[in-house]
Amino acid sequence: MAELILKDLHKSYGGTEVLHGISGDIGDGEFVVIVGPSGCGKSTLLRMIAGLESITSGEVRIGGRVVNDLEPAERDIAMVFQNYALYPHMTVRQNMAYGLKIRGLPKAEIERRVNEAADILEIRQYLDRKPRQLSGGQRQRVAMGRAIVREPEVFLFDEPLSNLDAKLRVQMRLEIRKLQERLGVTSVYVTHDQVEAMTLGDRLMVLNAGHVEQFGTPLDLYERPASVFVAGFIGSPAMNFLPAEGIEGGLLRLENGATLPGARGAGPVTLGMRPEHLIADSEGPIRIRVSVLEQLGSNTLVHGTLEGTEREMVASLPGIHQIPEGEVLGFLIRSDELHQFDAATGKRL
Amino acid sequence: MLKRVHFPPSLLPYLLVAPQVAITLIFFIWPASQALYQSFLIEDAFGLSTEFVWFENFIALFKDPIYVETFWRTAYFSLAVAGLSMGLALVLAAFADRVVRGATFYRTLLIWPYAIAPVLAGALWVFMFNPTLGIVAYALDAMGIEWNHKLNGSQAMLLVIMAAAWKQVAYNFLFFLAAMQSIPKSVIEAAAIDGAGPLKRFWTIIFPLITPTTFFLLVVNMVYAFFDTFGIIHAVTQGGPANATTILVYKVYNDGFVGLDLGSSAAQSVILMVIVIALTVVQFRFIEKRVEY
Amino acid sequence: MIENRPFLNILTHLVMILGIAMIAFPIWITFVAASHDPIRMTQVPLPLLPGDQFFINMKNTLFGRGLSGTEIAPVWLMMLNSLVMALSIAIGKIVISLLSAFAIVYFRFPFRMGFFWLIFITLMLPVEVRILPTFQVVADLGLLNSYAGLSLPLIASATATFMFRQVFLTIPDEMLESARIDGAGPMRFFWDILIPLSRTNIAALFVILFIYGWNQYLWPLLITTDTSMTTIVMSIKQMLESAEQSPEWNIIMMTALLAMLPPILVVVFMQKLFVKGLTETEK
Repeated sequence: MAELILKDLHKSYGGTEVLHGISGDIGDGEFVVIVGPSGCGKSTLLRMIAGLESITSGEVRIGGRVVNDLEPAERDIAMVFQNYALYPHMTVRQNMAYGLKIRGLPKAEIERRVNEAADILEIRQYLDRKPRQLSGGQRQRVAMGRAIVREPEVFLFDEPLSNLDAKLRVQMRLEIRKLQERLGVTSVYVTHDQVEAMTLGDRLMVLNAGHVEQFGTPLDLYERPASVFVAGFIGSPAMNFLPAEGIEGGLLRLENGATLPGARGAGPVTLGMRPEHLIADSEGPIRIRVSVLEQLGSNTLVHGTLEGTEREMVASLPGIHQIPEGEVLGFLIRSDELHQFDAATGKRL
Repeated sequence: MLKRVHFPPSLLPYLLVAPQVAITLIFFIWPASQALYQSFLIEDAFGLSTEFVWFENFIALFKDPIYVETFWRTAYFSLAVAGLSMGLALVLAAFADRVVRGATFYRTLLIWPYAIAPVLAGALWVFMFNPTLGIVAYALDAMGIEWNHKLNGSQAMLLVIMAAAWKQVAYNFLFFLAAMQSIPKSVIEAAAIDGAGPLKRFWTIIFPLITPTTFFLLVVNMVYAFFDTFGIIHAVTQGGPANATTILVYKVYNDGFVGLDLGSSAAQSVILMVIVIALTVVQFRFIEKRVEY
Repeated sequence: MIENRPFLNILTHLVMILGIAMIAFPIWITFVAASHDPIRMTQVPLPLLPGDQFFINMKNTLFGRGLSGTEIAPVWLMMLNSLVMALSIAIGKIVISLLSAFAIVYFRFPFRMGFFWLIFITLMLPVEVRILPTFQVVADLGLLNSYAGLSLPLIASATATFMFRQVFLTIPDEMLESARIDGAGPMRFFWDILIPLSRTNIAALFVILFIYGWNQYLWPLLITTDTSMTTIVMSIKQMLESAEQSPEWNIIMMTALLAMLPPILVVVFMQKLFVKGLTETEK
């Protein structure tokens, strides 16, 4: 078991820098999810930790030692790949044992570890099959088994569930989480799926265009998003953003002239309101002209525009509602649930 | 072209390519450059002195009516071999494509000749057409055709063309059949629904769709006829009678090894190299197109 | 097929049978000639149906003194020479091509592309266009009349290298990454992962190259002067020449049959691999 420390990691290909200084301490036994849109550099970061990509500058420490110049095999890590990367010509048993064999472990020890991992993952009956005779979910388990038998300091997961169908993905997600808790191994998990990220991670590192936008617990990210990017990325349906202006009297003026209390300064800001935080109130200052309703049963999504403007907005009302198209509804929002961001930099105010 | 990930730099890759590169340098590049160098030299009759003569050997070759004639004969021979073997293979493949049952059986029986060395193919055909004994020569005689390829130049040419084409039918057949079988069934069925009969379908749908393969095979067959038929000619006619079946490769061998005219033989080698390079370039262009298809 | 016209089906099979008859006829005639006694083989018209001397001829050809009045090595020795040459060429080509394709695909090193093009050039230099100087090189190295001389100059292979390069490129990158995490070094990865994954390609290529090697003619003709190094394919030409004086066609055709038998067996029994090898080397 070990902690994993990233210190000001940079990565350049030729002249272009794709990672601009990533730092973060990942505690012993912690499960950290790196999340971000495709092309944000999250896979590159994971591969740098694994030793599959060179580090342009900065430092990766595993359990206190700098591993920058170590081969992947010497870093005491294990990795689960998106397409599993099982050796197709070897049986499940051989796949799992291969790394141990190279390390020169005694036969009995290899046997013990493989069987143990197979039991944990319930793949014992498949041990003598070839990967192509297994289903997607079973292959996924073998890939994890291959990681477990190494008994590494750090597990690395590179979008391991993206090749599975939706139902299996939910199931495997839970299993990965349970497994990680049981083994207590420090884990880094890369995904572009925010639901996966929110449900799996002790902490999330949100990456955007090679920068860390925010590194915190799921609730942190939900309740106190550090930037417009994080606010928009986490939560479904996505947060509403409205331009506004701080005016005298601590008021915020919306585009249609309506005002809200709670300004944290003067000048232009971006307001963020989660659909589920909008409270229906006929006197409410936020007035939405309804265009479409989405009935989800437990709640109703009200789509519309801010009255007098073309700004699209969504509100989520608990329960079932029937509202005619074109009607204008009023909403309130609690000031601690009203997010305010700098209009220019997008940073939280 | 290259993997995203690599092994760390070391001496190893050099060791890995070393055998291939060594053999290439010793047995390919060095001899080829020697041929190039010698093609600019003239050696006196006793091999005592050599003189650097620039393109004189080449000029002499193209002024030599025998060489020019050989050149055109080679072109004729190659086209005839390619045409004959591809034509036969196309017909057989078109019918084989229709066969539902027994296709593998037919294929097995058709591909044998590919495995036979050219010189053996030559031996088989020269035996069948042996003027005094050969079974086909006998049959021809019975039909009133006098066969003697040892005396009759055009009969000799016909014989080597047939032997060379026979050997190549298998290869062409396999490629034509594979190309036809890779055409989606739905395309053929759509044409059938549009009312096109089998023959019409072949000419308007199948044949145009396999054009890339046809061009590819044309080039491969030309290369085959240019270079790989040496054994056939050596066994059947030795280039005779009266040079009637001497093609470029045979002439290089004959002038170099039998006639020992080094400068001229080297110049002929260089011309052949140019031809191979041209054909290879054409071949690669078509292969690129084949990938798109 | 789409329409079920009995006439067309019959025509199809008719054409196929006719085609096969045409293609197989020379081979049939060879077999027939190899199964008669020498006397019958001088009487016109020659037989169209096999005789009963096949195994006697085979025994005499393989272990007899060969054709009377000629100085040719025993047929079994020539077949052995052919086998050694064919195997050396096929295995040699596969080994050095695997190694160079591995280097070119999995390493980044100075002059990588230079080596690639150097190997590519060999495509354009068939032995036929560099006969004399190559002969000179082999003579200078003292390799005339040796197995090394027969095979070494032929084992450089651009086609095989390209094919393996193609095969390696289709192997997912994760295979290598996974192996590196498992701690496999380059040669270990090569043996444990690449070779097993290229198995069928190697086998297919072997089939093609064995035939190629067995059927070599011009090159052995040039560099073997010692009769004990003659290959079976070469011997046919010498026999045809001596047929003028001693027309023992049964023996000559039996030799031809023996010379073509190994590659034919390979093609027929490994047809799938053969077709795969043929189409893949041309890519």
